[in-house]
Amino acid sequence: MTTTTDAPAVQAAPYTLSHLDLLESEAIHIIREVVAEFERPALLFSGGKDSVVMLHLAAKAFWPAPVPFPVVHVDTGHNFPEVLAYRDAEVERLGLRLVVASVQDYLDDGRLQERADGTRNPLQTQPLLDAISGGRFDAVFGGGRRDEEKARAKERVLSLRDEFGQWDPRNQRPELWNLYNGRHRPGEHVRAFPLSNWTELDVWRYIERENIALPGLYYAHEREVFDRDGMLLAVGPYSAPRTDAEAASVRTEVVRYRTVGDMSCTGAVSSDATTVADVIAEVATTRITERGATRADDRISEAAMEDRKKEGYF
Amino acid sequence: MSTATLPASATLLRLATAGSVDDGKSTLVGRLLYDSKSVLADQLDAVERVSRDRGLDGADLALLTDGLRAEREQGITIDVAYRYFATARRAFVLADCPGHVQYTRNTVTGASTADAVVLLIDARKGLLEQTRRHLAVASLLRVPHVVVAVNKIDLVDYSAERYAELAAEIRAASADLGVPAIHTVPVSALVGDNVVDRSDATPWYDGPSLLELLEDLPVGEDVTAQHLRFPVQVVLRPQGAARDPQHVDYRGYAGQIAEGVVRPGDEVVVLPSGKRTLVEAIDTADGPLAEAFAPQSVTLRLTDDIDIARGDTIVAADDVPALTQDVTATLAWLGEKPLRAGQRVLVKHTTKVVQAVVRDVVGRLDLDAAHLVPGDTLELNDIGRVQLRLASPVPAEEYAEHRRTGAFCVIDPADGLTLAAGMVGDALAAARFPGDRPADFAI
Repeated sequence: MTTTTDAPAVQAAPYTLSHLDLLESEAIHIIREVVAEFERPALLFSGGKDSVVMLHLAAKAFWPAPVPFPVVHVDTGHNFPEVLAYRDAEVERLGLRLVVASVQDYLDDGRLQERADGTRNPLQTQPLLDAISGGRFDAVFGGGRRDEEKARAKERVLSLRDEFGQWDPRNQRPELWNLYNGRHRPGEHVRAFPLSNWTELDVWRYIERENIALPGLYYAHEREVFDRDGMLLAVGPYSAPRTDAEAASVRTEVVRYRTVGDMSCTGAVSSDATTVADVIAEVATTRITERGATRADDRISEAAMEDRKKEGYF
Repeated sequence: MSTATLPASATLLRLATAGSVDDGKSTLVGRLLYDSKSVLADQLDAVERVSRDRGLDGADLALLTDGLRAEREQGITIDVAYRYFATARRAFVLADCPGHVQYTRNTVTGASTADAVVLLIDARKGLLEQTRRHLAVASLLRVPHVVVAVNKIDLVDYSAERYAELAAEIRAASADLGVPAIHTVPVSALVGDNVVDRSDATPWYDGPSLLELLEDLPVGEDVTAQHLRFPVQVVLRPQGAARDPQHVDYRGYAGQIAEGVVRPGDEVVVLPSGKRTLVEAIDTADGPLAEAFAPQSVTLRLTDDIDIARGDTIVAADDVPALTQDVTATLAWLGEKPLRAGQRVLVKHTTKVVQAVVRDVVGRLDLDAAHLVPGDTLELNDIGRVQLRLASPVPAEEYAEHRRTGAFCVIDPADGLTLAAGMVGDALAAARFPGDRPADFAI
């Protein structure tokens, strides 16, 4: 580290919350505000670690009452099977209502066309927006964090979307103190991001502290993989090698996933981290951001995320 | 990032940057992130690639924070960007706020939650109007610490005299505006002097580097000196939906403690009803607590069955704030349309939203002359004093003493826009404004 290596950490004085306690308290406050001020909230739940932490916080915020909103999953049809199994088990365990928006349905009836590159991540926006308007959801919780990406870094905790689901980054409401303004007009909705101020490492430290179970692919396991565009993709039904070079690179490696999206565009990383503590040590020393390492969908341009968000993406 | 060694008890410091345009804020933030090794290789590659494409010699660190298309195209920061970094000693949340005068509302936003404001000035230019405005914002919002980074010290040949002159000017302005605690550091964000590591180029400066200073700032308020303030967010009554049958009759009041400490057995008063009762238990999903304090999110159970709703406030029985419908307040006006007397607005105070009418616009703060100028409107970015009449009484307390229960936001009832940051009381009185002014407008 820098000049401060030998200095002691600034210890919490009595009656000072640690940074994880502070982040937890802030997130629970936001979740309760949204539930109190909106008619029909819902939570986007993919089985990814951020949405898992969101659901954990929601369960804590309303204990001993049940989580007072349904969960929505945009199923691209290219999901990892173990993540879908995890999703269904969590929904069962917490007694939730699950709304699935299926990209496959849109492809089957022609409302969407398969992309030339075969990835379905950009296709999620329309099913998502239809699920939001169909469910008449006026607030949608997401697990987005501002440390993920530079367009996300500019987003409010409560982020207004117009009747077309669009985000206008240049015209956002000021967000003052912890006074969240949930006013919106009919047809508009709000995306709520209670984990805005968390980092990837905070999420992992919280998963460790709270002993939260995750889908197994977040930890090191053997998997058949191949190289594409500098990423390690799993060999599977939605991500087979397309070229001879890709086919020649197929091998079994010990890998884990830092993010969980589609099999077709989410890369694995070489890792022997089999426990939460191993993952924390790995994340703390990595030199690559989690999306930069593993997400083809963010590599399209400098502003790929901003462009998708403006259209109504997560 | 060496955050793995950050102990579980480490604290979090919330920072906001401020300063005039071109004073180098984004570069300073980039330097803090880069020198504290919080920038990862792929982010740096992207910055170097874009810098090269633009024909720059080195990496333009401002590109680390200017994330929106329009920002990159114009080379300025438009909106607050939040950045996260940690050292071996502390975690930081940094709100990087733009310097253009039309984006002052973003500085207000960033400062409202900040433990410290890092205000940049250009050593060549000194204190500009925008610098004074940001000092005034930090003072009005009662940000506990203001750290002034005297930037571009390399461009004044590391002059000790120039630094001393500016430091004196800053202290004078801060005293005028009532800034609680001021610190100054000579830095060069571009070169890196005194940002993370102490510089050999400023032998006449024996203080800490900017990051060292930020690592050591005391954080948080002394909750033991406060009395309980607990705005109710949600009433938890699971009834038949309870997942455990023993909770069918459960009734708890969920919220985040705004001020003070609470323990089971404490006598409390519920506002606005004024009913007295005792705290029976402090519940969390992890089990009951023997005490809780601000800003913990908890659920209180009370001994008596009292009608309590969202927007009510549970307070310590030995220090009950007065309820009021008439509020004198300082507003930082953030709306595009001006505020006029007679206007109807919504006020969100803690967890309660009430209708209100603007009885009077008293005047606005003139930053150059540092006094209140009589007037009947507030324009975008004006800071001024108003009288509000609320449709129902709230326990509004002086913002200068109560950063949570003295704050409110003003909302447009028609389109839902956030129009102003409001601070209860003569927040301007905390600032001592020299010079003559009409007695009617004395603050």
